[in-house]
Amino acid sequence: MIEANTPLLRMVRYFWPMVVLCIGLLIIVAAVDSTGDIILAQTLTEGLVRMVMVVALYMFIGNSGIISFGHIAFVLIGAYATAWQTCCPYTRDMFMPGLPTYLLNNSHHVVLAVFLAGLLAAFVALIAGFAIMRLSGIAASIGTFAFFMALYAAYGRWSTWTSGGSTVSPMEETTTPWSALAYAVVTIVAAFFYARSRWGLALRATRDDEIASKAAGVNVFGQRLLSFVITAFFCGMAGGLYAHFVAAITVDSFYLKMVFITLSMLVVGGMQSLTGAVVGVVVLSVVIDVLRRLEAGIGSFSLPTSSAEVGVGLIMLLILLFRPSGITGNAEIYWPFKGDISSSGAMKRQS
Amino acid sequence: MDYAIQTIISALSLGSFYALGALGIGLLFSVLRLINFAHGDFITVGAYALIVPSSAVTATLLIGDFHPALLVLCIVGIVVMLAILSYFVVFQHAQKSSPATMMIISFALGYTLQNIIVMIYGGRPKAAGIWSDLTGQVQISSGVSVQLLQLVTIAVTWILLIALVLFLKRTRVGIQMRAAAEDFRMARMLGVNGKNVIALAFILSGGLAGIMSLLFVTQTGVLKFSMGVPIMLFFFIATVIGGMGSLVGSVVGGYSVGIVSVILSAILPEELRGFRDTCVFILVIIVLLARPQGLVLTKAAKERV
Repeated sequence: MIEANTPLLRMVRYFWPMVVLCIGLLIIVAAVDSTGDIILAQTLTEGLVRMVMVVALYMFIGNSGIISFGHIAFVLIGAYATAWQTCCPYTRDMFMPGLPTYLLNNSHHVVLAVFLAGLLAAFVALIAGFAIMRLSGIAASIGTFAFFMALYAAYGRWSTWTSGGSTVSPMEETTTPWSALAYAVVTIVAAFFYARSRWGLALRATRDDEIASKAAGVNVFGQRLLSFVITAFFCGMAGGLYAHFVAAITVDSFYLKMVFITLSMLVVGGMQSLTGAVVGVVVLSVVIDVLRRLEAGIGSFSLPTSSAEVGVGLIMLLILLFRPSGITGNAEIYWPFKGDISSSGAMKRQS
Repeated sequence: MDYAIQTIISALSLGSFYALGALGIGLLFSVLRLINFAHGDFITVGAYALIVPSSAVTATLLIGDFHPALLVLCIVGIVVMLAILSYFVVFQHAQKSSPATMMIISFALGYTLQNIIVMIYGGRPKAAGIWSDLTGQVQISSGVSVQLLQLVTIAVTWILLIALVLFLKRTRVGIQMRAAAEDFRMARMLGVNGKNVIALAFILSGGLAGIMSLLFVTQTGVLKFSMGVPIMLFFFIATVIGGMGSLVGSVVGGYSVGIVSVILSAILPEELRGFRDTCVFILVIIVLLARPQGLVLTKAAKERV
């Protein structure tokens, strides 16, 4: 029955990696939810919020081949844009007196706020990308990095809107494992379809050979800009989710450490596959959680402080040096049944 | 006028500091296409090496109490060892990776180093002053007094620059290094030992980082595990602005960034002064767009099809 090439089966097979990833996450969330462990649920929520960031990063880096150090800037924009709309309705004018009157007096529902935050991030990406996406190779990576640093420095000083270096709080902790799962699934689905769209294909062509793709009529700058804007939207939403997860944000929580953690997750999983992005987040989240528990001590045994960070750094180094294509080897999840090779060939490797 | 002289001297001193840092990064980029984000953390390690390794709140000087000549030798030695080790353990295995991947690798190395420091010394900042008489003011004419350390920084930079130029122009290995920077593959075909040249670049870069950690600790008197990060960012900007892979470019870039930052803080109106760093980073993007090879052109910088 499995070998029969019915339309339904072909469809299932086409969506196979995406379906498996989403069901896998669903099972994890349901399992954690049934244990009722609050600390575990928090780790899970954080992991799922990071998954939105990392999958968005994959959408850009995996398809364009440009390593971006700048996407955390969009997370920062999204977090603050959400705070402008939802944070502390009674003391908002104390934290952020420079806001326009409308924002000072009105609060949006969290879902709307997060969506608008994503749009703002996308808009900033459009402006910044207009300059940065003209660059190629290492210059483009440096450009994204410089953009991130410029924005970080500006937000740190823009005290009437961001309260400078001090904390903005409290925000409602509305991000639960289930709501974070919803956003993660939406992002995974978007990444899956984007990679298979004509734009995704065109962008991968520029990644594999910029000059040949230009000769074949691909608008390199346009495709990169499009991808930059789309992924900025998801990173902006992730920022909003993150703000409503930690309930108190400072500019410093969106600095190089977050850049490093998200990039590590992507690299560890495999930069050019959606499966890699998801697997990387899961694996590193588990490793960090286990090391943190060991740091806190189990019985009389405990690891020294910052073991988790050193562990992540070392794993990252080992993977980069000895398995640069990540745990998944840049492949997607295989169709496990026998079948026509010609249609599954494209599924296995999109790189 | 007096104020102008003081500003010029502090601009030159900051520029010298950035030039030394940019040179440390430029040396590695020229032969290996590596933007070494761990360079700032090499400086941090050199600074922490001054004190007794412990997580105690107050720092006790160990190497920091040695005779100055021995102190310099020890710290430079330690940082050079670290740089060499990072080549043989890490970067040697990554030579075939793309520059962006190597950048992430150095990022990972820096992150690991920082957290190893936290593991050994604890995460809190510590006071550790060396050579405190250098931070005093000296009168150079009536009304103009500058910090002695600023003059020392400028002098040290120029001594090192002249030594480096002589080394690169007059010695056999120096000439090999310049050849490798120009065209690595061609140089290897003509009999230059690539491994030696890269190892040498790491030695020089580590040596510069060692000296800089001393200058930096003397200036601030504080040790912090993340102290290398912000200064590293400015070295990095300087390298990009000056031109990746060109040593002259690194020095020019370092001075430009130092002078521009001091001038911006002097002329920007009060409410905009906080946005100085933002301006400098936007300048980087503009330079990348308008003059992608940097201020100083090298032959090797051109991308080939």
